[in-house]
Amino acid sequence: MSTMTDPPKSDFRLSMLINDTRYRSLTFQVIAAIVIALSIWYLGNNLIQNLRAAGLNISFAFLGDPAGYDINQRLVEYDSQSSHGRAAIVGILNTLLVAVLACITATIFGVIAGVLRLSKNWLVSKIMAIYVEIFRNIPVLIWIIIIFTIMTAVMPGPREFRGDNPTSSMLFDLFAFTNRGVYIPRPEFSNGLFGSAILNWLLVLAGLVGSWFASHEIEKRATLKQEQTGDRPKTFLPKLAVWLVPFLILMVLMGLTWDVPELKGFNFSGGIKVGGPLIALWFALSIYTGAFIAENVRAGIQAISKGQTEAAAALGLRPGQIMKLVILPQALRVIIPPLISQYLNITKNSSLAIAVGYADITATLGGITLNQTGRAIECVLLLMLFYLTASLLISAVMNVYNASVKLKER
Amino acid sequence: MSDQTTNSIAFVAEGTIPPSPPPANETGVVKWLRENLFSGVGNSILTIASVLLIYVVLKNTLPWIFNGVWNADSLSQCREILGGKTGACFAVLAERWNQLIYGFKYPVEAYWRPNLAFLLMLVAAAPVLFFDLPRKMLLFTAVYPFVAFWLIWGGTVLVPLVALFGCVAAAVVFQKYGKNSFAAGFFGGIVVALIVWKVGGALISESASENAWLTAVPSRDLGGFMLNLMLGVTCVSLSLPLGIALALGRQSDMPLIKWVCVIFIEFIRGVPLITLLFVASVMLAYFFPPDSTVDLFLRVVIMITMFSAAYIAEVIRGGLAALPRGQYEAADSLGLDYAQAMRLIILPQALKISIPGIVNVAVGLFKDTTLVSVISMFDLVGMIRGPILASTEWNGVYWELLGFAALLFFVVCYGISQYSQWLERRLATDHR
Repeated sequence: MSTMTDPPKSDFRLSMLINDTRYRSLTFQVIAAIVIALSIWYLGNNLIQNLRAAGLNISFAFLGDPAGYDINQRLVEYDSQSSHGRAAIVGILNTLLVAVLACITATIFGVIAGVLRLSKNWLVSKIMAIYVEIFRNIPVLIWIIIIFTIMTAVMPGPREFRGDNPTSSMLFDLFAFTNRGVYIPRPEFSNGLFGSAILNWLLVLAGLVGSWFASHEIEKRATLKQEQTGDRPKTFLPKLAVWLVPFLILMVLMGLTWDVPELKGFNFSGGIKVGGPLIALWFALSIYTGAFIAENVRAGIQAISKGQTEAAAALGLRPGQIMKLVILPQALRVIIPPLISQYLNITKNSSLAIAVGYADITATLGGITLNQTGRAIECVLLLMLFYLTASLLISAVMNVYNASVKLKER
Repeated sequence: MSDQTTNSIAFVAEGTIPPSPPPANETGVVKWLRENLFSGVGNSILTIASVLLIYVVLKNTLPWIFNGVWNADSLSQCREILGGKTGACFAVLAERWNQLIYGFKYPVEAYWRPNLAFLLMLVAAAPVLFFDLPRKMLLFTAVYPFVAFWLIWGGTVLVPLVALFGCVAAAVVFQKYGKNSFAAGFFGGIVVALIVWKVGGALISESASENAWLTAVPSRDLGGFMLNLMLGVTCVSLSLPLGIALALGRQSDMPLIKWVCVIFIEFIRGVPLITLLFVASVMLAYFFPPDSTVDLFLRVVIMITMFSAAYIAEVIRGGLAALPRGQYEAADSLGLDYAQAMRLIILPQALKISIPGIVNVAVGLFKDTTLVSVISMFDLVGMIRGPILASTEWNGVYWELLGFAALLFFVVCYGISQYSQWLERRLATDHR
């Protein structure tokens, strides 16, 4: 026989709101909600009063007005008659350009420095340690300014390339490093398959993607063969062919020529001009973040226990294979999460462009547009919205990648 | 037959051979060189390349540094003294030293005040950084913010005194009631402090600053490396409690508190510091009451504190997550309430785990204080790029000035990270 005990009569007292765990969290949340609502009301009220006093209102109509300023470095059509919105888009593209470029080079610098820091060569590992410490402990703004100063004050002016005995000369007659920027040859198609250059480049890109799939397929076949027969066929030459042959055919078909920069009058013309601010920002972000990535890479490799290397060696793998098949796949799992946050840092640090006059979104929307229109609140909100979206997108994409290399546990 | 055998043996060792030294290339310097620098063809090439790199760097910098001119009035005079040789013009550092350190508007006769504040800061920070020092020194640390405020900004001594008195009153209330109920002590303390500040603020007359012992210096006159240090120290110390609160809030069971903290942290971490500084310089003023004037320094401190608090919160969240679940359960089973469990059991362990991360955030934040030069505050970088490089005497002295700034930051940041490594070893209680 079981006795049923009634739950204690819950005659509700007010003190239970704070002392009884059943109600306490509710009480706190209600208090918090009231406090939050009050502060929002207070801040909003201040905002409305201040705006009224200044005779302003919140409106995004200024984005359609003509901007009236020029932007040197741009990826899409833009002139001073274009709208502020268009200027912001130019800025967004410039931000993305420098962020992508810096992410790629920072990864390269970081991996090289991180691996070399673990080198058995005492001198090399010490040099890399000095590189990492120096770059990590000095503000990136100072690095950007230093490299910008090199670009503007140390590089020769275009007129030093002129005359019979020029004091400066172009590198391989292809690249010109001047204080106005770096000029590099521009690839062009003399008889493209399509009218517009963009479509031709898209075709090249499509070809490369096709090659990637093909080389992937070759790898897969080789693995299948290895599983069936135990012999792995050589894949290097077929893969090389799959990458090179379609690319070369496409290039010959479309008539690839190079538009080499030339000194004409007082300046260089032709080729692609990469402005000094872009180079300063790109290079500074790369070496600065590269130092951080180097530490991540070193930590990732050191996190793999020595037993893994020894076990792989016991299986008869060669050093290259040990690195490729055993160490790197495991180290990547440790390296990728901090790498994601370094990429986010690069994107956010690219806003320092404003210090050297590179026309990224901070310099266009948050700089000139803000100062011209006086629309501080709208501009800053849009700016934050852009960075927030970019950050969330990057971390989402990288998290998907992270999930795909993660240890599959049962 | 045995004789024959004996005779056929040509040599019999009659004692042990004395140990001979290892071959020459297996000892000392030679061995070290062979193993560490020339162990293979690739390694040898790397070594030679590194030596060449070091040689090139030193060949270009050493004459520049050692030929440096320390006494000159302008760049052109420097060049005259050098007479065509390569050499640095360190005279700019000597001549503009005060501007680089204190900014160009801080009154010269008051330089002793920030100097003293800096020295006292070292004393105040010592018991926090090194546990072996007597705990009584923490009393001075608690008083230090008010002393430093008075020294740097000057004005009437009543303002920091009232602020200090409010804090002391709050601490007393918390001591009295916090034992029974953390919430009662905490909120009671806040209310008492607010009352003291309000009453005290009403008592201080407007003209109190006029005949003060220390002349008042407005915030906009602060500058140079002093501004970097002030921003860094203030914001890190303010953001530590805020970051702990945010981290605890993010772990909370209460959905409202949790989501407010999550949104705050993720929002701040998603945007660059520059946009937050823009908020401070052009937008934040709209959110204060219409007749109030909150100066730029305070607005910047608010935004940078929020920025670093979000990052510190994430670091501490990592520390909280790293604690085994059993620690929470053990605290519960002892019958401790939330505040006690956090204060006595969870946070001491979680903060210990988070120390390297917190120091990283602090170093990053200190480096990021240079960003205020973008919103036209004259910190070290702002002074260099603005008044000094724009002056006619020193136009073009880039490397000496930028190198000096880089060196200052390197010394401070490297020092902090070395301290953090020492602290990690010190606190390591597990056997590894």
